[in-house]
Amino acid sequence: MTTIGGLSRRRFLKIAGAGAGVAAVGGSVGELLWKAHGGRETERGLRQVPTFCDICFWKCGAIASVRDGVLWKIEGNPDDPLSRGRLCPRGTGGVGAHFDSDRLRAPLMRRSVRGQEQWTEVTWDEALGAVAGKMQKIKAEHGPEAIALFSHGIGGTFLKHTLKAFGTPNVTAPSFAQCRGPRDVGFNLTFGEEVGSPERTDIRNARCLVLIGSHLGENMHNTQVQEFAAAVGAGASIIVVDPRFSIAASKARFYLPIKPGTDIALLLAWMNTLVTEELYDKDYVQRFGFGFEAFAAEITPFTPEWAYPETGIEPEVIRETAREMARQRPATLVHPGRHATWYGDDAQRSRAIALLNALLGSWGRKGGFYAPVSMDVPAYPYPPYPKSTRGKADNPGKRYPFANETITTGIREATLTGKPYPIKGWFVYGSNLIHALPNEQETIRAIQNLDLLVVVDVIGSEIAGWADIVLPEATYLERYDEINVETFREPFVALRQPVVEPPADQKPNWWIARELAGKLGLEAYFPWKDIEEYLAHRLEGAGLSFEELKKKGILRGEKKPIYFEEGVEPTFPTPSGKIEFYSTQLREAGFDPVPKYRRPPQGPAGSFRLLFGRAPVHSFSRTQTNPILHEMMAENEVWVNVNVATRYGLKNGDLVRLKNQDGVVSNPVKVRATQAIRADCVYIVHGFGHTSKMLRRALGRGASDAGLVTRYEVDPLMGGTGMNVNFVTLEAGA
Amino acid sequence: MARLGMAIDTRKCVGCMDCVVACKTENDVPEGFNRDWIRYEYQGEWPTLRLEIRSERCNHCDEPPCVSCCPTGASHVHPFGAVVLVDKDECIGCKACVASCPYDARFIHPDGYADKCTFCIHRVEQGLQPACVAVCPTRCMYFGDLDDAHSEVSRLLASRKHHSLLPGAGTEPRIFYLE
Amino acid sequence: MSELYSTAHSAITDPSLHAWGPEIPVYLFLGGFTAGIMVLSGWALWQGRRNQRAHATFSLASSGLFTLGLGAISLGMLALFLDLSHKAYVWRLYLTMKPWSPMSWGAWILLLVYPVLLAGVLLDPPRWLLRFAPALDALWRRLADDGRVRRSTGFVSITTGVALGIYTGILLSALGARPLWSSALLGPLFLVSGLSTSAAFAHWASPEPAEREQMAWLDNLFLTIELGLLGSLLIGLLSSTEAHAEAARLLLGGPYTAVFWVGVVGLGILLPLVIQSLAVTGRVAHTPIAPVLVILGGLALRFVIVYAGQYSHWPRV
Repeated sequence: MTTIGGLSRRRFLKIAGAGAGVAAVGGSVGELLWKAHGGRETERGLRQVPTFCDICFWKCGAIASVRDGVLWKIEGNPDDPLSRGRLCPRGTGGVGAHFDSDRLRAPLMRRSVRGQEQWTEVTWDEALGAVAGKMQKIKAEHGPEAIALFSHGIGGTFLKHTLKAFGTPNVTAPSFAQCRGPRDVGFNLTFGEEVGSPERTDIRNARCLVLIGSHLGENMHNTQVQEFAAAVGAGASIIVVDPRFSIAASKARFYLPIKPGTDIALLLAWMNTLVTEELYDKDYVQRFGFGFEAFAAEITPFTPEWAYPETGIEPEVIRETAREMARQRPATLVHPGRHATWYGDDAQRSRAIALLNALLGSWGRKGGFYAPVSMDVPAYPYPPYPKSTRGKADNPGKRYPFANETITTGIREATLTGKPYPIKGWFVYGSNLIHALPNEQETIRAIQNLDLLVVVDVIGSEIAGWADIVLPEATYLERYDEINVETFREPFVALRQPVVEPPADQKPNWWIARELAGKLGLEAYFPWKDIEEYLAHRLEGAGLSFEELKKKGILRGEKKPIYFEEGVEPTFPTPSGKIEFYSTQLREAGFDPVPKYRRPPQGPAGSFRLLFGRAPVHSFSRTQTNPILHEMMAENEVWVNVNVATRYGLKNGDLVRLKNQDGVVSNPVKVRATQAIRADCVYIVHGFGHTSKMLRRALGRGASDAGLVTRYEVDPLMGGTGMNVNFVTLEAGA
Repeated sequence: MARLGMAIDTRKCVGCMDCVVACKTENDVPEGFNRDWIRYEYQGEWPTLRLEIRSERCNHCDEPPCVSCCPTGASHVHPFGAVVLVDKDECIGCKACVASCPYDARFIHPDGYADKCTFCIHRVEQGLQPACVAVCPTRCMYFGDLDDAHSEVSRLLASRKHHSLLPGAGTEPRIFYLE
Repeated sequence: MSELYSTAHSAITDPSLHAWGPEIPVYLFLGGFTAGIMVLSGWALWQGRRNQRAHATFSLASSGLFTLGLGAISLGMLALFLDLSHKAYVWRLYLTMKPWSPMSWGAWILLLVYPVLLAGVLLDPPRWLLRFAPALDALWRRLADDGRVRRSTGFVSITTGVALGIYTGILLSALGARPLWSSALLGPLFLVSGLSTSAAFAHWASPEPAEREQMAWLDNLFLTIELGLLGSLLIGLLSSTEAHAEAARLLLGGPYTAVFWVGVVGLGILLPLVIQSLAVTGRVAHTPIAPVLVILGGLALRFVIVYAGQYSHWPRV
C-alpha cells in the first residue's frame, strides 16, 4: 500500500478526535500508572501494556492501550503464538470488563437469609476475618477437608494454594465434569494422553476437518477459529455433524444434520467403512495399535445401513465422508470437541472419536494432533501441604473409576449427603455454579447445608447471590496473576500484569489469598513479600527475566519438533503402551472395551430436545453485563425450525417460554424461526436469563438453559454430567 | 491518487463481530450505535442451506449520495484515498446524508453530528490497517488501493468471483464480497 | 426461502430509518403553503390587483397574506431548526453553496423568500408601519403605486414561490436511497399541494367575494392536478424496480394505506373537491369546511410521504 500523504497533522488530529469522546483526565494519573507498571509510552498520553486475556480461559496475549490514564482498547500481542496479534471479540471487548457498572465494588456480607441478596458492605479486614473465623470453626468440627474450593481459570492459583495449605484436597472445577472431562478421559483411555487446553489439534494444517457438534466460529477459542478460517481458506474439506446448521456447517463440503444423541452410531459406521473398505492407515495401526483385530470384529455389524435409521444420515453420505477422510489422511482431523458432556456416554463417544483418528493415523501427525511442548519453569518452593487422611470427597470408592480430576457434582453430592464425610464450606472462585452445574435446585439445596459460602468474583453472579460473603476481585486488567507456562505448538511464557487501577475496593486474587492465609496462620506458605517477587523468583528459576517479560508480555522458547514425522518419539502411556483399539482396562472395570451405541431415550411427545452452545461475543454466564459485549448481544433467542414455528403460529421475534419435562419454565425468550435447525430440537446460547439482582444490565434478559437442565446423565466412566437430555415445550406469551 | 477499498472473503468470515467490537473501542463509537455490523443471509431449505456472512459498513462509494446531498460540505470525499468523511465542525445535523445512504451506514452521534466509518483513516495514515481489518481473527478482510493493480485487494478482485451491495443504487460502492 | 439477520443497531436507521420526526413534514408543509401564497399573490400583483380596503386583509396581494407568508415560513424554518441535531453549526449552511445539494439550494431560496415577502408587505403598507415611520410614507406610497414595481415584484414572487414549492419536494426526491421518494414528481406534487392549501386559505379568508369564488375554482383545479400527480407517482413507482414497487405498496395495502387514502386522498382532496364544486356551481354556500380539509390534507400528505418514505428501503440483500 502506498504511504499516506496530503493529510496534515492538524487535519489528522481532527479526524482522530472525531467521534472520540476522549476522556480528558489529567496526564498526571497516566504518569503515575506509567511509573507503577510495565509497558511503554508510545506517544504522548498513550501507554501500552502487554498482558494476557481472561475473558475466557484461552489466555491470549494482548496489548492494552491507556489514553490519558483511561483504558482505551485491547489488541492482540503479535508475539503471542495463541492470538497471533488478534484477539477474539470477547478479548477485544475486554475493555468493558473494567468499565462494567455492575461490578462488585466492596466486600459484602449477607444480612438476611441466603439468596435474598441483602448485603452489608464491610472492610476487607472484617470480611477476611469472618471467613477465617468460620473456616477455623469448620476445621475444628469437621476437619479441613470439609471446605471445598470450586475454581476456574489461572486466577484461582493462589486461592488453591491457600486452601491446600489449609489442608483440603477438595479442589475442583466445572471444566472437568461439566465440560471437557469425558473427552480427555476418552483420549487418555485410547492414546494414554489427553487433548488438553489449548487443544493439540493441528487445524491449520488439516486437509480434512471433521467437526461433531463443535461449532467453531460461534465457539470462539481464538487460535482454533483462526486456524479453522485458514483451513477453510486453504480449501480443506470440512465435514460438519450437527443438528443445527451452524456457522461451521455453512463452511462445510458435507453437512450431516444428525439426529441428536446418535453420534456414536455415526462414528461406528464411519469406522466400519474405513475397516471394511480397507481405507485406514494400516501401517500406523500395525505399528502403534493394540487389539485391532478384536476391535474390527466388534464394529463389523455397524454398517452405514445400520446407522441410517439411527442417525438419519444416508448410507452413501456416511461412506462418501469416510472415504473423504481416508483420502486426506493423515491430515484428517476428527475434532474431539471441548464441551463434551452431552448424553452421559460421552467418554465412550470421545473414545470412538479417538479411535477414528487412530484409524486415520492422525494422532501425532501434521494436520492431525501435534505433540505440544512447553517451557520448564520450576514451581515456587513452598513448604509441603498437609496430607489429608480422608482423601477427596467427590468420588468415594472410585465409583467413577476413570475420573482423573475432582468431580464438582461429586463435591455437591457429598455436601448434600454428608457422605463420605460432610462438606461444610464452599469457596467459589470465578465460576458461576448456578449456571455451570446441572440442576440448580440441587446446588441450592447443597448450599443450604453449608456453614460458609464464600464467592470471589468480579461481578455479582447468581452464585454470589447465594453467598454469605462476597469478595470483589480486580479484573484481569488490574492485577498480576500466575505466569502462564503454556503447553502449545511452541514453548512460551506469558505475563498478566496490571494495566489500570481497580476503580473501587477490588483486590487481586493473590492478595486475597495471601491475606486470608495470614488470618489463618498460614504465613509460612506465603514467603514472598509481594507478587512481583514471586513472579521474578519463578522466572529466574527458568533463566528468564521478569523485567523483560514485563516489557514484552511474552517470552518464547526454542521451537521443538511436534510431529512424529519431525522426530517426536511416538509413545502411548496406556497399559499396553500402544493405541488401545481394544481397552482391557475398560473391560476389567466392567465397561465396553470398544464403544457401543445405545439409542438415547426420547422426550415426551410434542417436546423438543434442548440443545445449547456458545455465541462468539460471550463467555459462559460471566460477560452479559460487560457493556460492550452486552451491546453486541443483549439476550439469546431460541432457534426453532421454521416449520415447527409456523405450526405453533410463531414468527421471528415472538416471545415464548420454554417449559421442561419437570415443569420448569424459562424467562420469555425471542423465537428465531429458522431453516437452520432440525425439527426435533431447539437451541439457545448458554449464559443468559440471569436472575441475580446484582447483574442489573443482564437481569431477566433471555432464557437460561441451565435453569432448564434439571436432568442429567452421569457418565459411568468418569462422573461427567451429560446435559443434552432435557426436553422442552414452547409456551406462548410473555 | 489512491482509491481505498475492501475485499471481504465471505468464505472465511464466521460473523464473530470482532470487527464491530474493535471499531467500537478504536473509535469510541457511543453505546447504541455502530459503524459496522454483520449480516447473515441464509438461502435454501433445511438442510440444503447456504449462508453468506458479511461484515458491512460505509462503502465509501465512488458516487456518494451522502456527499452530494450535504448542504454544507461537511460530508466530503477526502483527497487521500477518496475516503468519504464527515467534518463534524461543518455538520449542522440535518440528517439528509443519513436518509440518502442506501446502506444505512450513517447515524447521528449523540453530540449531534453525522458519523460513520472513516476507514480508520487515522490509523491508515500511520501505515496501519483499519481496526476491523487488523483485528479479524479469520483474516477475511483485505484493505488497499483499488487503483493499484498490484495491491492484494485488486489481485483478489481480479481472480475471484465477488459482488458488491445494491449495485443498482448507482453509488459505486468500494467494498466487495468475495464468494 | 431466505432469512436475514443483522446486528446493526444504530437507533436512527435500525430496523428502519427514522431520521425525521414531525418537524420536517411541518416544515415542508409551511414551506409549500408559503410558496403557494407567493405564487397566488405574485400573480395578483402581476395583474395589478390590490387590497381594496384601508386595513390589512387576507385578500391576494395584501400585506396580510404576505405577512402570513412571513410568519408561516419563519415557523417552518423554526421547525427545521428544531430538527437540526448540531444546531450551533447552523450558520455553516450559509457559508457554502453546494450545487448538488437541494438543501443548500433551499437555504439560499429561503434567504430570497424573505425580501420578496417583505416587498409584498411594503406594497400594501399596513397602517401601523406607516405610523411607525411617517417619513418614508411618501416613498412607499409612490413605489406601491408604480405599476412596474408591482409587476416585477409579482414576477419575482411567482418565480421564488415556484422554486420554493418545488424545492420542498426535491429535498426528498434527491434522497434516492428511499425508493418512495425517488420520483421527479415529488417537486411538482408538493408545489401543487402548496398552491392548493394557499388557495384554500384565500378561499376561506379573502374578504372579496369574487376572489373567493375564483380561489375555490382554482383550488379545485389544483386538487385535480394533485390527484393526477399522486396517481402518476404511484404508477411510476409500481412500474419501476421491485424496491420502488414495494415502497408504493406501503400506501397500497401497507402500514400507511389508511392514513393515505382516508386522510390525504379522501378527506384532503376528494371531499373538499366535491364540496367546492357544489359551491362554485352555487348549489351550496361557501363554508370554511372545504378549505380546512384541504389544509389539513396538505399537512397529512407531508406526514405520510416523510414517514412512509423513511420506512421504504432498498432490499437489504
